[in-house]
Amino acid sequence: MKSTVQLKTISRRSALSILSAAGVVAISGVMPAFADGAAVAAKIKALTGGKSAGDGSISLDLPEIAENGNAVKVAFSVDSPMTPDNYVKTVHVMADGNPTPDVASFNFTPAMGACSASTRMRLAKTQNIVMLAEMSDGSFRKAQQTVKVTIGGCGG
Amino acid sequence: MAKIKPRVKVPKKASVGEIVEIKALIAHPMHTGLRKDKKTGEKIPRKIINNFSVSFEGEKVFEASFEPAVSANPYISFPFKATKSGVFDFVWVEDGGAEFNASKKMTVA
Repeated sequence: MKSTVQLKTISRRSALSILSAAGVVAISGVMPAFADGAAVAAKIKALTGGKSAGDGSISLDLPEIAENGNAVKVAFSVDSPMTPDNYVKTVHVMADGNPTPDVASFNFTPAMGACSASTRMRLAKTQNIVMLAEMSDGSFRKAQQTVKVTIGGCGG
Repeated sequence: MAKIKPRVKVPKKASVGEIVEIKALIAHPMHTGLRKDKKTGEKIPRKIINNFSVSFEGEKVFEASFEPAVSANPYISFPFKATKSGVFDFVWVEDGGAEFNASKKMTVA
């Protein structure tokens, strides 16, 4: 605790200014990321109804580094037999650093024979992409990956 | 809006039980509602394709809903298990309710 040591040697006024400056830095540095992650977490909670989502059976195909955030390939496949009794109902794609967390959601049917899809999305900055798959038996699967973005895709 | 033109790619022929890949693309600016017009400085209102659905022989097989985070000229690909010959109908729905359609035939032997 450096600041408490400084309090003894410097005037009260300058000590206060140091402390408040440090506080502003801490808030501005941490708050936005926290709010965005919370938006995705809240979204997942609303979709699953509080159920926990298991890992595994989703494979993501995302670039590690996206040079252009305007069009980032997003592809996934979910390991499922896709029979009428056991198939993937919906896959939600979310991003935690965009103005809104939703990207897209896909409804699958057993007629497709396999569960995969690919599209392109916009990413404002480096962020985590979260996929949530809802199975026909009501269980959920989740997968997550970070994509580094060098040029953001939200027009500035 | 004559320039909004859908394009789909469906294999003409497939064998029974084969899983084919279907690709669909529509030329659309996908205005997010966040961007500003560079000349006037005014916000461009949101106008995106919010829903894409595919039916095979009248039965819905796949559906996707898009948010503003989907890129301009939304492209999508998905698998389909060929069991019989038939026609795919593709529908894109824009904010405001305008629809764009395409259809394609696949022969299964």
